[in-house]
Amino acid sequence: METQLVELAYALDTLYFLVMGAFVMWMAAGFTMLESGLVRAKNTAEILTKNISLYSIACIMYMVVGYNLMYPAGGSGIVPDLAFFLGGDNTSEEVIKSGGDIYYSNMSDHFFQVVFVATACSIISGAVAERMRLWPFLLFCVFMTSVIYPIQGYWKWGGGFLDAAGFLDFAGSGVVHLCGATAALAGVMILGSRSGKYGKEGKVFAMPGSNLPLATLGTFILWLGWFGFNGGSELIISNVSEANAVSIIFVNTNLAAAGGVMGALILSKLMFGKSDLTMALNGAIGGLVSITAEPLAPTPGLALIIGLIGGLIVVFSIISLDKMRIDDPVGAISAHGTCGVWGLLAVALTTGSLFTQIYGILVIFLWTFIVSLIIWSIINMIFGLRVTAEEEEEGVDISECGLEAYPEFSKSLESAPSVYPTK
Amino acid sequence: MKLVIAVIKPFKLDEVREALSAIGVQGITATEVKGFGRQKGHTELYRGAEYVVDFLPKVKLEIAVNDDLADKTIESILATAATGKIGDGKIFVLEIQEAIRVRTGEKGNKAL
Repeated sequence: METQLVELAYALDTLYFLVMGAFVMWMAAGFTMLESGLVRAKNTAEILTKNISLYSIACIMYMVVGYNLMYPAGGSGIVPDLAFFLGGDNTSEEVIKSGGDIYYSNMSDHFFQVVFVATACSIISGAVAERMRLWPFLLFCVFMTSVIYPIQGYWKWGGGFLDAAGFLDFAGSGVVHLCGATAALAGVMILGSRSGKYGKEGKVFAMPGSNLPLATLGTFILWLGWFGFNGGSELIISNVSEANAVSIIFVNTNLAAAGGVMGALILSKLMFGKSDLTMALNGAIGGLVSITAEPLAPTPGLALIIGLIGGLIVVFSIISLDKMRIDDPVGAISAHGTCGVWGLLAVALTTGSLFTQIYGILVIFLWTFIVSLIIWSIINMIFGLRVTAEEEEEGVDISECGLEAYPEFSKSLESAPSVYPTK
Repeated sequence: MKLVIAVIKPFKLDEVREALSAIGVQGITATEVKGFGRQKGHTELYRGAEYVVDFLPKVKLEIAVNDDLADKTIESILATAATGKIGDGKIFVLEIQEAIRVRTGEKGNKAL
């Protein structure tokens, strides 16, 4: 009976990893829809291609080397041991002998972790949208998923020096979101803003997204996926206290998103006189990112406030970045970076130490920013990051993908006599 | 024969069409266009950035009529297409040199 229970708990917790991992995988669809809805029609197919490719690259590189760098058998605390590919899994005998200390499949842990890497990469694709070439971007993703993300992930979740210092980051406001946003920031600074986005004397030109229903759908998908992101990061569910913990996490995650939406929407109404849907969508994400560093400790009321503040921060950050002429078509740097910082600081409201959180923020930011800057620069020097002015005008769908996302609604087809053959 | 070109607000299309039909106009060509007049368009906001929408959607009607129907056509359009607000549109009248019905080859007034 005892062994049966141990095996059952193992199976349940393994299932938990797998199902929560699948939820986080679904966030890839969320990012894809959100980004494609916020870019212009002529650049939609390219961002769709970018998103599905980066997810695939993340899975491949993390399996080849990233996972082992992040969770090594040994390491100095700063430099992890190097190993390639995935190892084996636990046998029933080992599990039963451990009395339940070994409580999940190694493969399920890998699966749960790999979808987080993809999330970090996905943050970058939105910020560099509409003017970066596809393959140089994918090349950066190879480095992001095999080196940049895993090393700083090792420092915190792999048992490295940040973890030893007491830095807290439950589900990845820092390790995933701040890291992704910082890599995006470095990329955007080298890439430059979209042609026509900024004018003289600080004038900012609007470039409205082509499909707000998709953007909204994407946000809801991300919201749903986030239950896996935060809920799964409790890492275990098979007893009363853990099941309760997971439940609090789900509730807090949900409330933080809700607070983020209303914070951003109300602020947008007050600041612009209009209720900007795209700000509300970014607010939801900002709220979710804000609670991700510590979704368990706060009361539901506090989680709501943390998310609401995230929603306010996102609006201010978007406006500020535009003032600094840092062009981010989807608000990724604001929702994931600025709110990631807030989320890490907010941990100190309920647990941990503010000083240690600041320390962690600086480490993650500096590592990611400097290494990303170097890699982006090298890729730019060798291959060039940016499309030509002509390609940007025509739309990257044509130049990078050779097809259009909405061919029946494009200018090129309006004058064509017959696109679909009648014979 | 006169070609009456009327640029009107899109939501007025049905009303104008019915009024023209009532006075005996037998053919209209409609195109979706964009345009502005003296007062230009309006401003919209997107993520805090203001932008001016100069060109507003309009519908352009081209109506070929016999000379004796031209005045009534214009009156009909004026009566139904006007709202009294900015952006109501304009009417231009051109002289038609020749008109031909493609199916039968009829020319002149018989083609209208």
